[in-house]
Amino acid sequence: MATIREKQGAAHTRIMGVGGYAPSRVITNEEVCTWIDSSDEWIRTRSGIESRRWATDEETVLEMSVQAAGKALAAAGVSGDQLGAVIIATVSHMHQTPALACLVADRLGTNGAAFDISAGCAGFCYGVAQASDMVKAGSAEYVLVVGVERLSDLTDIHDRGTAFIFGDGAGAVVIGPSDTPGIGPVVWGSEGDKYDTITQTFPWNEPPTADEADTGEDGELRGPFLQMAGQAVFRWASYQMAEVSHKALAEAGITAHDLDAFIPHQANMRITDRLVKVLDLPEHVPVARTIAEFGNNSAATIPLAMERMLQDGSAPHGGLALLIGFGAGLVYAAQVVTLP
Amino acid sequence: MALTQEEILADLAEIVEEVAGVDKAEVQLDKSFTGDLDVDSLTMVEVVVAAEEKFGVKIPDDAVKDLSTVGDAVSYIEKNQV
Repeated sequence: MATIREKQGAAHTRIMGVGGYAPSRVITNEEVCTWIDSSDEWIRTRSGIESRRWATDEETVLEMSVQAAGKALAAAGVSGDQLGAVIIATVSHMHQTPALACLVADRLGTNGAAFDISAGCAGFCYGVAQASDMVKAGSAEYVLVVGVERLSDLTDIHDRGTAFIFGDGAGAVVIGPSDTPGIGPVVWGSEGDKYDTITQTFPWNEPPTADEADTGEDGELRGPFLQMAGQAVFRWASYQMAEVSHKALAEAGITAHDLDAFIPHQANMRITDRLVKVLDLPEHVPVARTIAEFGNNSAATIPLAMERMLQDGSAPHGGLALLIGFGAGLVYAAQVVTLP
Repeated sequence: MALTQEEILADLAEIVEEVAGVDKAEVQLDKSFTGDLDVDSLTMVEVVVAAEEKFGVKIPDDAVKDLSTVGDAVSYIEKNQV
């Protein structure tokens, strides 16, 4: 009987280039306070957010993805047609099917494999893990991973608990073969018993009845919007994610002292502060805090922060960074990477 | 041996002082965390996690929302301590 021939990919992988796209509309806390009864000081104290970026009508998830991808490809020295696969992490591509990744691949000039993943704010780290494994398995030589969101489309601007948090944006990386290890083992998982802690107000196919519906002044149905159980999410993200971070460091065979950057998902500055404390992160390790400027744009926060830290020199090219994403599912993923 | 209500209050007051920066003398049974002590919802979670470690009790998310005063928290810990 004939045997199946297998393929072997690269022994090691790395992030070859990163690129981000922050949309053009700057939404200040003052503007947010015209929708909700709050104040600049209240928002800063609770979240560390000073402003967030929201997309214009022209800044679609496709356009933002293509912009971020173009920068990542240029930084990596890889052309679009060399991509063997395109993975898009998003929860705000408003088509159940087809995948946004197919449009992005087409715009970049590749017919490589293309698909979207739904892993909320952990989506980027999920994508990095998948891409790295694909390159090692020989399924693709170069893989593009994009985290992109337009959470403004899913934000209830009258909800005092979430209106100030969310933002839009895109970040991308190109992952390819490497002579030395550049992407550590992923520590990931899901906790489906907490499915309801971050969710949408109603499913697309089950809109509320006329008496229950939240309608605007024009009588039109509002939503669905993102909603969160703040305290439960805060506890999970601030304490359990510190344990996951420790595991990712251990799996990579390094300690927190070896890190040149800590880039957690930008969910809330308070979560970042608490993680740094629980992790007992050495003071010399720079920490991503881009939420102050960009807000929480879910799958895009980590690559956007990575690009920013490399640009402003707070993190060194070639340095070791711990990435951790966590969010709706609940799901999480963490890995140590070498910065491009 | 189970701690008395006074002992729990004294330890809890220290936690609230350390985590939320509230003078521990202010932490009295009739004080509300949000209204009187200005402990916001996320700081409350930090207080709860520290209290779980200190007293060896489990305070699930569902229980946290019922702890509106210091007295509520002290009673919960007193009832659930091992």
